Amino acid sequence: MIRVVLPAPLRTLAHVDGEVQLQVAGPVTHRTVLDALEAKYPMLAGTIRDHTTQQRRPWLRFFACQEDLSHESPDAPLPEAVATGAEPYLVVGAIAGG
Amino acid sequence: MSKVRVLVGTRKGAFVLTSDGKREQWDVSGPHFAGWEMYHLKGSPADPNRLYASQSSGWSGQVIQRSNDGGKTWETVGNKFTYDGVPGTHQWYDGTPHPWEFKRVWHLEPSLTDPDTVYAGVEDAALFLSKDGGQNWEELSGLRGHGSGPRWQPGAGGMCLHTIILDPSDSSRIFIAISAAGAFRTDDAGKTWKPINQGLRSQYIPDPTAEVGHCVHHIAMHPSRPGVLFMQKHWDVLRTENAGDLWQEVSGNLPTDFGFAIDVHAHEPDTIYVVPIKSDSEHFPLEGKLRVYRSRTGGNEWEPLTKGLPQSNCYVNVLRDAMAVDSLDKCGVYFGTTGGQVYASPDAGETWAPIVRDLPAVLSVEVQTLS
Repeated sequence: MIRVVLPAPLRTLAHVDGEVQLQVAGPVTHRTVLDALEAKYPMLAGTIRDHTTQQRRPWLRFFACQEDLSHESPDAPLPEAVATGAEPYLVVGAIAGG
Repeated sequence: MSKVRVLVGTRKGAFVLTSDGKREQWDVSGPHFAGWEMYHLKGSPADPNRLYASQSSGWSGQVIQRSNDGGKTWETVGNKFTYDGVPGTHQWYDGTPHPWEFKRVWHLEPSLTDPDTVYAGVEDAALFLSKDGGQNWEELSGLRGHGSGPRWQPGAGGMCLHTIILDPSDSSRIFIAISAAGAFRTDDAGKTWKPINQGLRSQYIPDPTAEVGHCVHHIAMHPSRPGVLFMQKHWDVLRTENAGDLWQEVSGNLPTDFGFAIDVHAHEPDTIYVVPIKSDSEHFPLEGKLRVYRSRTGGNEWEPLTKGLPQSNCYVNVLRDAMAVDSLDKCGVYFGTTGGQVYASPDAGETWAPIVRDLPAVLSVEVQTLS
């Protein structure tokens, strides 16, 4: 089971509290995790990745195991600890507002 | 007894204000979608409990919300706004080509007859249509395909399609306005478009009378007289008698003719309202006095309406979609400010009082008159 931590506005949008748990078949990558997330919570489509380009939205970052994974290929394998559910996959909003 | 519902979009959420026909006591619901920018909310004329709302943020992009119970509960619907074909380029601020990129929905305009049909005006400027209650959106790409698109450029707020007016007498006719391209009209339900900017004069562009490039801020129409439109341009207030084929300036005795909002009295097609703003660099009222100006002659002759509005030290702005009217007798007039006040006049502008004083900056105000 993959664990995903969303920023607060997206938790509200998806009507969830705390972590989200997802089943991902096959390789565990940014793309497969986000595809599974959007399949389970369709209202999140377009809010993390641009609908058209599928690029990460610029004010969001992806972290796991204390590493910034934002700039890795969408198809690069995520750390084993994420795949096993030992560590969460973090979607983090940029701090802004002054 | 009649009721009034005021839909308010702000920088940090949406609010629904309701009152009976007296419009003295108000119930305030919200914030809905707290923390998100709510550019616009509007109800369907065909089903007043069907509302649409544009929700966006710099972090998470665009979301569209829909309510079937007048704003008590909401559900997300489709947020995929994909330009038709290869989007091409428009002018950037410095005149260089810049690719068309979707940023947000500025305005939602439900059909006059079908609650499931709704138009969306977006940034970068384009018009989208949904026929299934907002689930799926299709661009009416004849607008961008008009041919002048590469000459459109953004205003300070972005290159936004912010005004959509549906002609109640002709379902094939739609008016739209874009900052800073100008006004356009279709007479075939969006397949083809023509710029309707003849008579506009904009000193701040290389050719002041160009076919496109004008920073039109807002347009208003009275439904009983759909060929007559009123425009608040960047500078200048204008009027057309022929559906935009030719505009004439009607700024008259306004103390400044810069501004954003403009609207028409519900029962008097020649009574119009604007909120003069000092200038394009000083987005606040002249002399710190918040004054609505009313013309009862379709322009040129204007009178200030001040009773109940702050007449000293007021430095708020009133944005383009932040003024609306109800259709009660007497006509109610409403506007919201960037200082978070929503003012209401239950007597066509004679007197004003704030419904709320301390909301986030108000982006839009729409009013529903409910039986």
